Amino acid sequence: MKKYVFLTLISLFALAFTLDKGGYEVGDKASDFSLKNVDGKMVSLASYEDAKGYIVVFTCNSCPYSVAYEDRIIALHEQYADKGYPVIAINPNDEEKSPKDSYDLMKVRAKEKNFPFAYVYDETQSITKSYGATNTPHVYVLDKDRTVKYIGAIDNNTRDASAADKKYVEDAVDALIKSKEVPTKKTKAIGCTIKWAS
Amino acid sequence: MSRKFLSILLFILIISTGSLAQSNKVKVIKVPEMVKLTKAKDDQVKVINYWATWCKPCIKELPYFVQAAKHYPNVEFIFISLDFADQTKRVNSFAQKKELTVGELYLIDDLDYNSWIDKISPEWSGAIPATMIINGDQKKFYEQEFHEGELTKIIEETLNNN
Repeated sequence: MKKYVFLTLISLFALAFTLDKGGYEVGDKASDFSLKNVDGKMVSLASYEDAKGYIVVFTCNSCPYSVAYEDRIIALHEQYADKGYPVIAINPNDEEKSPKDSYDLMKVRAKEKNFPFAYVYDETQSITKSYGATNTPHVYVLDKDRTVKYIGAIDNNTRDASAADKKYVEDAVDALIKSKEVPTKKTKAIGCTIKWAS
Repeated sequence: MSRKFLSILLFILIISTGSLAQSNKVKVIKVPEMVKLTKAKDDQVKVINYWATWCKPCIKELPYFVQAAKHYPNVEFIFISLDFADQTKRVNSFAQKKELTVGELYLIDDLDYNSWIDKISPEWSGAIPATMIINGDQKKFYEQEFHEGELTKIIEETLNNN
């Protein structure tokens, strides 16, 4: 009998371990990183000396939903970088699984769209794993201490920015600027899966 | 028979064949109907696949669903497209080509994703491909791409538990 109890406990433990997908929840402290930007330089959150917070966006070249949001990601950076909240875009996809998301093609896309923000490559996917990003685009708004304040979508209309009536990331950053509580802390949206290396 | 009667008859015939042909086409639905699709009767097994024409891994796994739909006639296969509502033409031609017509075809017309993803499954992050397998009141959610043999293995296990 004792043996069965023990085995049950072991399998429950294993199950709990598998179910726990990891990743940050709102309130957790996010880790910094050092990832290669499209200009060849390494970028970390600490390198933004005047930052009051960060808009970290997991996005890529290949996902149509990421492409649909590109102009809105540029607009976020233009609206908030001067106020101390820069966008840092991270490509989480394995280039073998998703050749369009290679570092070389990131450089091409950044040039085409004239990205005003850092577009860095999480080649080992370890930052993506520790943040717990599941799809693209997937946003994490952090405060100055890298505490996670918002996780989720940019707004509530992928197709048409002008038709979106909930602008989750803007609302979150506006709240941080005013030292207020972020109104919506977590959202979900349809997007492309992260292309994990096998 | 009067000419008028004949033309009415002809009219009815055209309308009914038209609707027959349409039964294989994608039906645009709203959230309440999509949620209703996730309910099943006691002994019923349903496989619901959430996909889109723009989603590469979705397109890669769809043939396994079509094969399984042919192999398990008692299992209900439902394909819910997440393409935009004005893209039914593209969805229909894709569905014909890939034989998705072996199952039921829907397209969800609601872009306010955060308002309904949890109603389908709290386990769903919103990434696609995603699949739900329903056995009576039991539901299992798979946020993944299925590879050869994986889907049939799960369906077999579900049917054995039935």
